[in-house]
Amino acid sequence: MQTYFHQIADFINTKINADEVFLANLSAEESRFVRFNKSLIRQAGSIKQSSMTISLIKSDRRAESKLTLCGQRDTDFAQIVMVVEALRRDLSDLPEDPYLLYNLMPQSTEHVGASRIAADADVLDLIISAGQRKDLVGLYAAGTIYKGFANSLGQRNWHRVDNFNLEWCLYHATDKAVKSSYAGTHWDHAEFTRKMTSASEQLAILTRPAKQLSPGQYRAYLAPAAMNEILELLSWESFGIKAQRNKQSPLLKLEEGSAALHAGVNVKENSADGIAPGFQADGFIKPPSVNLIKSGKHAEALVSPRSAREFDVDTNAANAGEGPEALDMAAGNLRRDEVLKSLDTGLLIGNLHYLNYSDRKACRMTGMTRFATFWVENGEIIAPLNVMRFDDSAYRVLGDNLIGLTAERDLMLDSASYGERSTGTARMPGGLVKDFALTL
Amino acid sequence: MTASFESTFKRILPAVDFCSLRFVEESTEQLSVRQDIAEPPQTCVDRGAMISIFDKGGYGYAATSDLSESGLRAAVARAQEWARLTAGRSVIDYSTLTMPSVSGHYRTGLQKPAFTSKREKFELLKRESAACKIDDRIVDWSASFWTTHTRQFYVTGDGAMVDQEWDFMVPSLSATAFENGEAQTRSFGGRYNGFCQQGGAEIIDRAGFHGAGKRTAEEALALLFAPNCPSGTMDVILMPDQMMLQIHESIGHPTELDRILGDERNFAGTSFVTLDMFGQYQYGSDLLNVTFDPGMAEQFASYAFDDDGARAEKAFLIEKGKLLRPLGGTISGARAQQAGYDVQGVANSRACAWNRAPIDRMANLNIEPGTSTLADMITSIEHGVLMKTNVSWSIDDSRNKFQFGCEIGQVIEYGKLGHVVKNPNYRGISATFWRSLAMVGNAATQEVMGTPFCGKGEPNQVIRVGHASPACKFSNIDVFGAEA
Repeated sequence: MQTYFHQIADFINTKINADEVFLANLSAEESRFVRFNKSLIRQAGSIKQSSMTISLIKSDRRAESKLTLCGQRDTDFAQIVMVVEALRRDLSDLPEDPYLLYNLMPQSTEHVGASRIAADADVLDLIISAGQRKDLVGLYAAGTIYKGFANSLGQRNWHRVDNFNLEWCLYHATDKAVKSSYAGTHWDHAEFTRKMTSASEQLAILTRPAKQLSPGQYRAYLAPAAMNEILELLSWESFGIKAQRNKQSPLLKLEEGSAALHAGVNVKENSADGIAPGFQADGFIKPPSVNLIKSGKHAEALVSPRSAREFDVDTNAANAGEGPEALDMAAGNLRRDEVLKSLDTGLLIGNLHYLNYSDRKACRMTGMTRFATFWVENGEIIAPLNVMRFDDSAYRVLGDNLIGLTAERDLMLDSASYGERSTGTARMPGGLVKDFALTL
Repeated sequence: MTASFESTFKRILPAVDFCSLRFVEESTEQLSVRQDIAEPPQTCVDRGAMISIFDKGGYGYAATSDLSESGLRAAVARAQEWARLTAGRSVIDYSTLTMPSVSGHYRTGLQKPAFTSKREKFELLKRESAACKIDDRIVDWSASFWTTHTRQFYVTGDGAMVDQEWDFMVPSLSATAFENGEAQTRSFGGRYNGFCQQGGAEIIDRAGFHGAGKRTAEEALALLFAPNCPSGTMDVILMPDQMMLQIHESIGHPTELDRILGDERNFAGTSFVTLDMFGQYQYGSDLLNVTFDPGMAEQFASYAFDDDGARAEKAFLIEKGKLLRPLGGTISGARAQQAGYDVQGVANSRACAWNRAPIDRMANLNIEPGTSTLADMITSIEHGVLMKTNVSWSIDDSRNKFQFGCEIGQVIEYGKLGHVVKNPNYRGISATFWRSLAMVGNAATQEVMGTPFCGKGEPNQVIRVGHASPACKFSNIDVFGAEA
């Protein structure tokens, strides 16, 4: 695939004029997906896809076009010729773009991750066997993801990841379930079995009669997966400079200094720790990390090349949407094995679901508890909870009401697969909070 | 092209119980002007095919962008291998299914020719963008057109051949006003492209896009000075650009048969609706009539056949408040039947692209107009709020406890529409909310909306959905605004 990508890049170079520049981004994958329901298979299949986005630049004008590659040289090259010609025609219709910026200092890179992924037949056998006499529902995704960048200045970047991501729930009944995930680059039967055993133990607690809470304010522990839901919502328009400068960011008060989070809250885009490519679509190389929130205060913003021109600042190689791809929330001092004791009486929230803003100015968000969420009394899990809606401000949950963050953190590989499998990651601690507002 | 695919398919057809090929070619163009500056135009041609095979009780699929005969043969081999691996341990014995075997075609009706050039489109976008800047407090504004042309062939080993072709257009525009630490954004059709339809350039006219820039910016500015929405239990009128979201989340998703069968429990969630409710459950008041209607010409998700080849026809899911049918395609319907429930689904097995397998989706899911005028509804309210344009949505795993927010509201006092309020929100429970439906607007209040972004499925799929609705009045709803 890498050789073919380079051949295409070299070919495009022969099709552009001396006063033109091209940028080319390849996105390809060979993935397998197996869907389970009730410990049986619902759908299983393979996807082989490859697409390339070509940008043609001339006289401060830019147009871009994406095409599907079939992998047959004659067909693909003929398509590319047509795309370049169409882009050239488009450029003639465009005004100058004052915010055009692409990397002019070529820096080629190559990353090919090591992996050991089990055979599909073996994984299917293992999952179905582990799900016997249980109600298992979930998705196994595995395969190879390729990303490439090339330009007419000679820059070549290549990124290959071979990984798997199994997310599954064990259901007791209705909406009572334990959610688990096992993702990585090296499949280990023993590790999967350990996670399945742990989930089965939690499932036993879900068989107890559920407790119904009344709306009100409660002490709560947010497990790393729940904390990640809150940070994921904040990642939507909070951390990019465009949203901040145009006053659309829900964390505007933080950025303007009129509000702060708990001093223990440190959030960064930790590209060095993620599995996303170290380069972005305009050819810029990402720095190892970008501090977004430091000691509870706004630090830096994610800046795409386009925003860099618009707001006259340096780019830090953010993607066009200025959203984090390797979000990292720093650990605290709360030991995970002391969480129940520290919680004492309140909610142990395993997962949150469907978060959205209810009041952007106050960074107030609403969402639901989901899956393994329990009522705890005197440091002991008493009963599963029926789902509850929360509606609270991040300035409280991660601010005055935050008691502590756990010393241990979970690394979560984004299982999203809209159009293609994600290479996003998040590393999150759990958080203990007081007065968590439940409304329905 | 159709004949070429048919002949290739015949040559590669394996000896299996069932085999289909679905080819999709989608051409997209996105043009945007932000703060009066044209952004680089983006075009895309996405092309590929999916082979689906049922054999000896198993089911496998393989999608490929390699459309050569050798590429399709390789896909057939992969799909066959998956069918072999899944045989005897699937949620249904696929050898018991009878898949649809009908042929036909569909084409979006185009009333007005498309624009001749990108320059022409950019000029219109620039004009509306420039019209947004009515005040220094307007700090961000943008306008865009998103057009798509899709061609799809579906052929099966037993001779079915479906050829469908669509044109979609999504115009959008938004303006943000800011002062004293507060921002208010108003949009045309919703920030998430609620105004989306099938057709040609006539959609621009039908949407009222001409002049939308100034109007939208004026409303954003008005929101800056407006008081917060009042809190309390009161009557609300939801306009169609909020009703679409209400229908989508609290009728559409909970009535999807694959959710009810449990397929989505690891991701999108389950449903408070159970198989035994169909034919007897009172979902809402007797004013509630909900249809699956793939035949409304301009609506976003109109089609003649679903992606399993079933012929699509209008059907009532809910009639006079009673739940009648689920949103379930051929495979889910068979699963429900085998589970002992005699439910009749609809042709809604859909895939978002060539590289995703069909699952149960909403298509056009509409509320049928009633008899009330908007004036009747307003007059009937002593104390309430009229809400427009969804901006926030959240609902639980079972699609029951919800909380939705709108961009703009207007108070209603003693039967009269009053001042604008900002940050209107309301919350409720699906299982009881629809029973508080007190008045349904007539056809004059109906608008044809939708969303390009309905997310669901593992692997994930985002698909086009249409929602046409009149304005509706609900009684005794829990309403609230923002923090002071």
